[in-house]
Amino acid sequence: MVARAPDRLERHPILEIPAHPPTVEFSFNGRGLEARESEMISSALFANGIHVFGHHPRDGAPEGIFCANGQCSQCLVLADGIPVKACVTAVRPGLAVRSLEDLPELPPDDVPLHLRRDVSIVETEVLIVGGGPAGLVAAAELGRHGGRVILADDKRQLGGKLSLQTHNFFGSVRDCYAGTRGMDIGTRLEAEVRAQSTVEVWTDSPVVGVFEGGFVGVVKQGRFVLVHPRCLLVAAGAREKALAFPGADLPGVYGGGAFQTLVNRDQVKPAKRLFIVGGGNVGLIVAYQALQAGIDVVGLVEMLPECGGYKVHRDKILRLGVPVLTSHTVLRAEGRDHVERVIVARVDPQFRPIPGTELQFDVDTLLIAVGLSSVNELYEEGRRLGLAVYAAGDAQSIAEASAAMFSGRIVARRILADLGRPIEIPSEWGAMLEMLSSHPGPVLGTYPIPREAKVYPVIRCAQEIPCNPCTEVCPDDSIAIPEGTILGRPMFSGKCAGCLKCVAICPGLAIAMVDRRVDPTGRTAKVTLPWEMPEGRIAPGETVVTTGEEGAVVGTGKVVRILSGKALNRRRLVVLEVPAAQADQVAGIRVREPGPFVTPKTVPPTDDSEITICRCERVTKEMIADYIRTSGVRDFNGVKAALRCGMGPCGGRTCLELTARIFRELGIDPRSVSPPTRRPFTQEVPLAAFLVEEGGAGGV
Amino acid sequence: MPEEFDVIVIGAGSVGNPTAYFLAREGLRVLVLDELAASGQGQNKAAIGGVRATHSDPAKITLCRESLEIFAGWKDATGTDIGWKKGGYCFPAFDEKVEATVRGLLPTQKRYRLNIDWLDAPEIERIVPGINPDGLRGGTYSPDDGQVSPLLAAESFTGEAAKRGAKFRYREPVRALLREDHAVVGVETDRGQYRAATVVNAAGVAANRISALAGLDLPILPDSHEGGISAPIRPFLDPLVVDLRPGPEGRTLNFYFGQNSEGQIIFCYTPRPVIPGESRDSTYEFMPIVAARMVEVVPRLKNLTIRRVWRGLYPMTPDGSPIVGRAPGVDGFVLGVGMCGQGFMLGPGVGKCLAALITHGAPSIPSEVFDLLSPSRDLYAGKKEALK
Repeated sequence: MVARAPDRLERHPILEIPAHPPTVEFSFNGRGLEARESEMISSALFANGIHVFGHHPRDGAPEGIFCANGQCSQCLVLADGIPVKACVTAVRPGLAVRSLEDLPELPPDDVPLHLRRDVSIVETEVLIVGGGPAGLVAAAELGRHGGRVILADDKRQLGGKLSLQTHNFFGSVRDCYAGTRGMDIGTRLEAEVRAQSTVEVWTDSPVVGVFEGGFVGVVKQGRFVLVHPRCLLVAAGAREKALAFPGADLPGVYGGGAFQTLVNRDQVKPAKRLFIVGGGNVGLIVAYQALQAGIDVVGLVEMLPECGGYKVHRDKILRLGVPVLTSHTVLRAEGRDHVERVIVARVDPQFRPIPGTELQFDVDTLLIAVGLSSVNELYEEGRRLGLAVYAAGDAQSIAEASAAMFSGRIVARRILADLGRPIEIPSEWGAMLEMLSSHPGPVLGTYPIPREAKVYPVIRCAQEIPCNPCTEVCPDDSIAIPEGTILGRPMFSGKCAGCLKCVAICPGLAIAMVDRRVDPTGRTAKVTLPWEMPEGRIAPGETVVTTGEEGAVVGTGKVVRILSGKALNRRRLVVLEVPAAQADQVAGIRVREPGPFVTPKTVPPTDDSEITICRCERVTKEMIADYIRTSGVRDFNGVKAALRCGMGPCGGRTCLELTARIFRELGIDPRSVSPPTRRPFTQEVPLAAFLVEEGGAGGV
Repeated sequence: MPEEFDVIVIGAGSVGNPTAYFLAREGLRVLVLDELAASGQGQNKAAIGGVRATHSDPAKITLCRESLEIFAGWKDATGTDIGWKKGGYCFPAFDEKVEATVRGLLPTQKRYRLNIDWLDAPEIERIVPGINPDGLRGGTYSPDDGQVSPLLAAESFTGEAAKRGAKFRYREPVRALLREDHAVVGVETDRGQYRAATVVNAAGVAANRISALAGLDLPILPDSHEGGISAPIRPFLDPLVVDLRPGPEGRTLNFYFGQNSEGQIIFCYTPRPVIPGESRDSTYEFMPIVAARMVEVVPRLKNLTIRRVWRGLYPMTPDGSPIVGRAPGVDGFVLGVGMCGQGFMLGPGVGKCLAALITHGAPSIPSEVFDLLSPSRDLYAGKKEALK
């Protein structure tokens, strides 16, 4: 028996952690390890505390997880002698995994194969790429109207990023499941899709290219097949943007989405002390989810003077005690073979770091959450090749998953109409999509708290965001949005029985219930707060530090009770006894003390030769900038040809945007630079996928 | 006043770049014009980088021997690594027909001083590890042939030419040739006019259009071939392997593969029938067909990972041989065109000869051999090469 994997989630407030999940044994560099049955190799390694998967053959740089999404190749390992991406390859019992320390050797397996010459071609009306929020909704909508659909997704499970979303969704209750947890929406949508007789679902089936004549290549469970659709709908989602700074390529520095995959999908505890770059919704949500997983979040930086994400997301981590440093940027990550510390600094209005303002945080993980880019290569290729091609969700434009779902529905109807089916697209849908896709609006403040009431909700929802569940659950209809659209801010007026439904459903955890009836002396009041931290973090009878809307300490409170139950949908409600005078201020409970804020002893000047731009081919910022300057090149293909930047396994997904930024820094408008030529495949394909053995089903 | 140069080269590609380099090395003022945004972005980058003197045509053997010498010595001469790998070419024979073909060429090849021999099956098995021994009769092996990175070569020829004063102007398609009497005296682009005593047409698949501007009708028509490349693996395969058998799927005439200096396996086939036209969109059948063919010859390739595929154009002439030399009847107009898919391996040899022709009035290889490619020859004489 091998030892239990140490870095597993043991408990979680939202996720169901199986007590005795089926496990298998495998090995890494000869050492026996435990994995959960059929989990990805990368997650099994992380669960066993292994974060360095190998070293780059070119310069020996350590490599590990970066995208955790099959998009890059940082996680290559040898599995029974064959190089595979650890993040999309499942563990098998007895699998011998070895770190990749050099170019992989082709196993000298010289047994001749007897091959058939045929390629399956499947005709369909619609091929949907991606089974996330947009693709699932589109598939269900098409299926409901008799559309013949193949839905292909590269993962083993449907749901896409929905399955990583443990939080209640924003948006409209009627139009996109607001108030329901993302992962539960995924399950529901999958059931709807599976119920459609005309929708065929292909999981573990990446779509890898569009070919002449409008044929689309899919590696269906390891075998290359062609789909010849009348319409191609690309709902492939988004990929995370990268940042270029010294140490950005160290193991332990990876994307916020990758972190969500490890924690929320695979139930791994990949970090102990975490720092986050980026104050958009992904960064803010990931900070919260890390705390839920029992991981300390020592800080978050945002380059702009304000976080770009929802104020309610920011406020809830401020209330827990996570420092959010706006007008700050990351200077460098340092460590041997793995990140050990991060150095950040304040920036001036031109976003230049201000010397002397540096702070150092000792961490084991640094998450990059600086925005998303559409995965739209297949859309562009399809369009170029004259295919009837559509995009939905993040593949079309980056927005919340609620918008993705709604866009999937609209695009499905457009496709039906283009296929000649009688179908209507309600005229108000366009406006709803626009609302759901809108960026967070201005912070306008909250409505006043009623003076005379004894029981009332305090709604700390001060910003224009598309959300309305609180207005839908109030049994007395006492919460309404005066502006009349879901973008407006909710206002309480009228009766309140203190039923707590609004507290339980608010996706922003922005509603507290104040009850002044309980203490006859009038000295204390009860405040009920939504609570989603791990069980046992606070207990009845304890005194806790209370915090206000934006995290400032209010005072202390005594935990009276912790409510839970099915109706609360895995959220718990904490009833606090607080001084009556503080009751209207109490918005949260601090779980960690911000800090320490340490000034580093020395900060080396940033050197472009330390900044890796192309991870696959190990090309530095210095090399690219020098080449652009000396050659005068105005063509991404020229940079590729000269330096191999973008020629690696990821196909330039990370480095081309970073290279565009270098052009800009050199005073060259990237739009004046000729774009890179795209060629199949959108991701590397095992040659065996193209082989069909005599008497076999193929995919040797 | 139009800018003045000694020579204007049209096309910064497989032929144009080395031509410009050798001209600049002679001290001439050279301008290279290309319609694309950077060097080598036309068909040069679609080449798989194989460089062999293993041909049946004496001119191609001789020119490619020149190319090999230039590529092999490039790093010493310039300090720049262009991915040169001297791994040879191997033509294994799995049937009598192929054996007869490749053995039949040996006398000509040896006469033109190609280092090549017929090896028996065990020797081929040693040179091509993992080759399927089933039916293997032996094969030819030419150890001085090799491979180069077309991307790095284009980059380096351009850089070295620029160091010697050559000017490269991109995104500047040639609209007209300036003519006086029977001579070409310059070019006109969207941005202006340039004058030069000599204009070299090295425009690849656009050679026909450029020649028409001089009133010449060159029968150069493109057809297309596809290629692909794998993720790198530890070096195990020295030569580029050419299997001359037609494929059992009925879609391939021959196919070839090799491992480049990066460790990547690079591969290609000759489609049957030829696919005329300028489409460069990848076809769905290329990868399944070539995968099966490769694995049948070297089974261990089944564990490769495929990174990318592409499709490039071969500017074909009626007789399958390049058209190189002074254009008949048009003074000051020099042709390095119709490379028939071998522009990358012929390029340095052709460039050196054209530079010598322009500068000194004679090519750098024996004239009687060079003249086999003369633009004045009968392009329809029906000459059919044994080894294209």
